Amino acid sequence: MKKRVLAVLLSAAVAVSMVAATAATAFAADTVKIGVYEPASGDNGAGGKQETLGIQYANSVQPTVEIDGKEYNVELDIVDNESSNDKGPSAASKLVSDGVSVVLGSYGSSVAIAASDIFKQGGVPAIGVTCTNPQVTQGNTHYFRICFLDPFQGTVLANFASDKFKAKKAYVLTKQGDDYSAGLGHYFTKAFEDAGGEVVSDTFPEGNSDFASYVTTAKNEGADVFFAPVSTEAAALIIDQAASQGLEAPLLAGDTWDSNVILNAAKGKNLQLYVTTFYQEGGNKEFDEGMKEFVNSDSTNKANNGGNDTIAAVSAMGYDAYFTALEALKGAGSTDPAKVNEALWDVQYDGVCGHIEFDKENGDAVRDTAYVKQANTETGAWEFVGEQGIK
Amino acid sequence: MEWFSRNLPYLLAGISVGGQYALIAIGYTMVYGILRLINFAHGDIFMVAGLIMIYASTVMPMYISIPLVLVATVVIGFLVERVAYKPLRSAPRMSIMISAIGVSYLLQNLALYITGGLAQQYPAIPWISDTITVLGATTKRVTVITPFLTIILVIALVALIKYTKIGMAMRAASKDFETSQLMGIKINSVISMTFIIGSFLAAVGSLLFFTNYTGVTPTVGAMPGLKAFVAAVFGGIGSIPGAVIGAFIIGICENIIKGMGWTTFSDAFTFALLIVILIAKPTGLFGEKSTDKV
Amino acid sequence: MTKKKETIISVALIAALLIVLYVLEQILPSTSMLFTVLKKGAIYALVAVSMNLLNGFTGLFSLGQAGFMLLGAYTYGILTIPVEQRENVYMYFDGGIVQFTVPVFVALIAAGVVAAVFAYLIGLPVLRLKSDYLAIATLGFAEIIRAVFQWDKLGPLTNGSNLLRAYPTFNSVLFPFLVSGICIAIIVMMINSTYGRAFKAIRDDEVAAEAMGINLAHHKRIAFVVSSFFAGVSGALLAMYQTTIQASTFKSAMTYEILLIVVIGGIGSVTGSCISSFLFIIFSEWILRFLDNDTYIGSFHVPLLRAGFRKVVFSVVIMIIVLFFRQGIMGTREFSIRGIYNFLTGKSKKKKTAKGGNA
Repeated sequence: MKKRVLAVLLSAAVAVSMVAATAATAFAADTVKIGVYEPASGDNGAGGKQETLGIQYANSVQPTVEIDGKEYNVELDIVDNESSNDKGPSAASKLVSDGVSVVLGSYGSSVAIAASDIFKQGGVPAIGVTCTNPQVTQGNTHYFRICFLDPFQGTVLANFASDKFKAKKAYVLTKQGDDYSAGLGHYFTKAFEDAGGEVVSDTFPEGNSDFASYVTTAKNEGADVFFAPVSTEAAALIIDQAASQGLEAPLLAGDTWDSNVILNAAKGKNLQLYVTTFYQEGGNKEFDEGMKEFVNSDSTNKANNGGNDTIAAVSAMGYDAYFTALEALKGAGSTDPAKVNEALWDVQYDGVCGHIEFDKENGDAVRDTAYVKQANTETGAWEFVGEQGIK
Repeated sequence: MEWFSRNLPYLLAGISVGGQYALIAIGYTMVYGILRLINFAHGDIFMVAGLIMIYASTVMPMYISIPLVLVATVVIGFLVERVAYKPLRSAPRMSIMISAIGVSYLLQNLALYITGGLAQQYPAIPWISDTITVLGATTKRVTVITPFLTIILVIALVALIKYTKIGMAMRAASKDFETSQLMGIKINSVISMTFIIGSFLAAVGSLLFFTNYTGVTPTVGAMPGLKAFVAAVFGGIGSIPGAVIGAFIIGICENIIKGMGWTTFSDAFTFALLIVILIAKPTGLFGEKSTDKV
Repeated sequence: MTKKKETIISVALIAALLIVLYVLEQILPSTSMLFTVLKKGAIYALVAVSMNLLNGFTGLFSLGQAGFMLLGAYTYGILTIPVEQRENVYMYFDGGIVQFTVPVFVALIAAGVVAAVFAYLIGLPVLRLKSDYLAIATLGFAEIIRAVFQWDKLGPLTNGSNLLRAYPTFNSVLFPFLVSGICIAIIVMMINSTYGRAFKAIRDDEVAAEAMGINLAHHKRIAFVVSSFFAGVSGALLAMYQTTIQASTFKSAMTYEILLIVVIGGIGSVTGSCISSFLFIIFSEWILRFLDNDTYIGSFHVPLLRAGFRKVVFSVVIMIIVLFFRQGIMGTREFSIRGIYNFLTGKSKKKKTAKGGNA
C-alpha cells in the first residue's frame, strides 16, 4: 500500500515540478535577464568560472540599466554547460525558456556552436566573450563576439615567434579532439610556414598527464619555440616538464594560458613563457582594484578565481561583454530579444580591453592588436611585453 | 651515443611511469583476484590521494602530510569497500561492478565540487622533485627513484603474502572464495586487508606520479587507472609480479610510441594490447589457468 | 482484462501521448525547456533500451555504447552535411572528400548499419570473452574508435578534432519520439520472439542454454549487432539534437551514464529503461539545476549550494539506488496496462510476478 501511495505521489511531484518550472518563465516586469552560458565543470570549467566572475563583478558595479526611460534591475541567469556538447543544448534552452534578453558566453567555442541553433530558434542574441573559433559567428546573424579570432591570434603568435626569437623551427603541440587547440595550431602552422619556418607538430590524447616525451621530442628536434595552444590543466603539466628537462626554447601560447594556474605552475621555474591575450592587468586601474576587491570579498569568488586575486583576461572580457550587452539593451529601448539583436549591430563601447564594435558581416569584433605578456617566474606575475599585430 | 642520449629520456619516462602504473595495478590485481571485481574506483582513489596531499601540505609540514596522505587514503579505500561493495557480496557480479562505477562517479563529482574544477598544483616534495642529470638527460629525481621503490615495495608485498597468516588467507580466498570461508577464514577482514594494501600502494603511487606530473584534476585518475588495469590483465590477473612487469611494459611502450611520433595512438595502443592479450592468451603472462575468464 | 483489450488500450495510450505532445507543441513556445529534455529523454531511452538488450536480456556486459553512438553520429553527419556547406565545415581540409548527401532517413539507417558492421567485426574476437573482460574490451574498443576519429590524417573524412555541423536536424519533439518509438518497438518484438527467449536463456545459464541447442556464438553476435545498430541510430539522433558532432563528446562517461540509466530503470525491463531515461534527463539537466546556484532565502545564504553541487547530489542518489534499490524502478517487470490495473487495485503479488517479462 505504502509503495503504491509513494509511486503516485512521486509521479505527481514530478509533474507538478515540471509545470512549476515551465510556469516560472513569467518574470517581474521591471527586471531584465541576461543569460550567462558558461562551463562551471568539465575541461573548461576553470576558465568558464573566471569569465563568469568578470560578468558577476560587472553586474555588482552596474546592477541596473535604463531602457526607454525606465529603470530595470539586471538579473544574471547563470547555467553550467559542463563544457560538453551534449549537455550544452539543455543549458541553453533553460536560458531561452527563462526569457533572457541576451546571452553571454561561452568559454570554449564548440559548446557555443552547439547552443547556437537553440538561441536562434528562441530568437535570443548571444555575445561570445572569448570563443575564438571562426565558426561561432560564421553564417548567422544572432551570434556576436567581442574577442579576436583564431586566424588572427595564430598569425600574431607566428609573427611574434619569428620577430622576437628569429625562430626557424617551431614545435606545435595540440590536444586531440579539441577544436580550439587544433584551430589555433592550424593557423599558427600556416602563418609560420608562410614566413619560411618549419613546424613539427604532435598531438596528445585527452586525460594525458605524461608530457615528458613531448618535451623530449621538442628538444631533440631542436625547436626554437614550443607552441602549445592547450587548456590550463595540460599547460601546467607542460610547464613543469619543460622546466624539469631544462627546455631552453621559449614556451608560447594563446589566450587560455593567461591564467593564474599558469603563473602558479611557472613560479620559481627556469623557463621563458609568453602568451597573447585580450587584456593586460594594469590596463585600467579602477577595474583592477574593483575586481580584486570583488574577488577577495567572498571565499567562493576567490576559489573560482583559482585561490588568488590575479585578474584573468577572460574576467576582463566578461566584464566588457556585460557592458556591451547593457549598451545593446539601451540601444534597443526594449527587453525584447529580437530588438536587442538588431541593436547589437550598431553597438559601440569602450571597455577595459579596448574599443568594441562589430563588423557588419558576421558580427565579429573589429580588433587588430593583441597584447603579449611574459610570465615573470620569480615574482609569479605577468609582465607586459608589447602589442603585436598582423603585418 | 648521440642516439642514446636522444632516446634515453623516453626510456626514463617510460620506466618511471611504468613503476607508477605498477603500484596502482597491484591494487587492481589483488582485488580482482579475490572479489572478481574490476574496482573502477581505484583510479579515483589515486586521484583523491593527490588532492589530500595538496590540501594537507598547505596547512602542515611535509613530514606530517605525507604519512597523513597514506593513512587517509587507506581509510578511504577501506570505507569504499565497506559501504559500496560489502552490502553487495551476494549480488550478481554486474551489480558490484556498477557500484564501483557509481563510486568512481561520486568521487569525481566530489572532487569537482571541492576543487571547483581548477587543476590543482601538486606541492614539490623536497629532494625527490629536484632536477638531476642522468647520463646527459635532465629529469626529476623521482623518475630514477620510482622503479627502485616499486621493486622494494613489491618484494615486501610478496613476502607478506607468502609468509604471513593474512597473506596465506588471501591466497586461499583468491583460490576459492567459498571454501576458504568454510575453512574458517574471516573473509571480510581479508577483503578489507586487500583494499588497505591496494589503497596504500595507490597513495605511494600518487606521491610519485604527481611529483612527476604535477597537476591534479578530478578526472586525472581515470586514464592511469584503466592503464593499470590493462597492465594487471596483461601480466595475468591475480599475479603481483605479472602486474608489475605488465605495467613496466605498458609504460615503456607508451613512451616509445610517443617518441616515434604516433602520439594519437598512445592510448589506443594500450587498449589494443589488452584485446590482443585477452584473445591470444587470456590468462596473461603469469596468470594461472582458469576456465572462468573465457 | 483480456489480451485484446490490453493491446487496444496500449495503442490508444501511445496515440494519446503523441497527440498530447503535438498539442503541447502548439501551445508552448518551441524553445520551452520541456521539449529539450523530452527530446534528449527520447534519444537516451533508445540507447538505454539497446544497452538493456545486451546487458539485461542477453547477459553480455558491454561498455562500448558510446563508441557505437559515435559511429552513428559521424556517419549521419558525414552523409548529410549539404555540399555547399562542406567548404565551411571542413575548413581545414578543403571541403573534405565526401561530396554528396543522402536523405535524412537513409542516413539514419546508414548510421545504424555502420555501427552494426563495426559491431560484427569487433564481436568476432571479443564476444568470446566473459562478463567483466568483455566489458573492459568493449570499453577499450570505444576508446580506440574515438582516437581514430580524432586522427588528423582522417581529417578529410571526419574533420579531425573539429566539429561537424550544419547538417539537417529536427525541430519537432515528435521526430525523436517516433524514431525512438519505432526502434524500441522493433527491439521489443525481438525480445518477445524466439530470439528473445534464447537471449534470456543465455543470460540465465549459458551451459544449460547450449545444452538446449542454442547456438551461443550466433545469438550473442546477433544481440551485439542489433544493440549496436540501435546505438548507432540513437547516436545519429543525438547528433541531430546537439546540432554539432565532436568525437570528444562520446567518452566512456557517456556509457556510464547510460549504464546508470539502465540500472535505475531495472536491468531487464524495457519500460524501466524508458522511464528512467526521462527521469534521469529531467532531473539532471533541469529540475536539479537550482542546486548549482547560490541561493538566498530572504537574507539566509543557503549553505553548500554552488557550482557542482548538483552532480554531487545526483551521484549520491545514484549510489543509494545502486546499493539499496538494486531492482531499480521496474526490476525485470514491465510497465503494462494490466500491471497498473493490478497495482492500483492492489491485486495479489503473485499475479504480477507471473506476468513478469511480458512487454
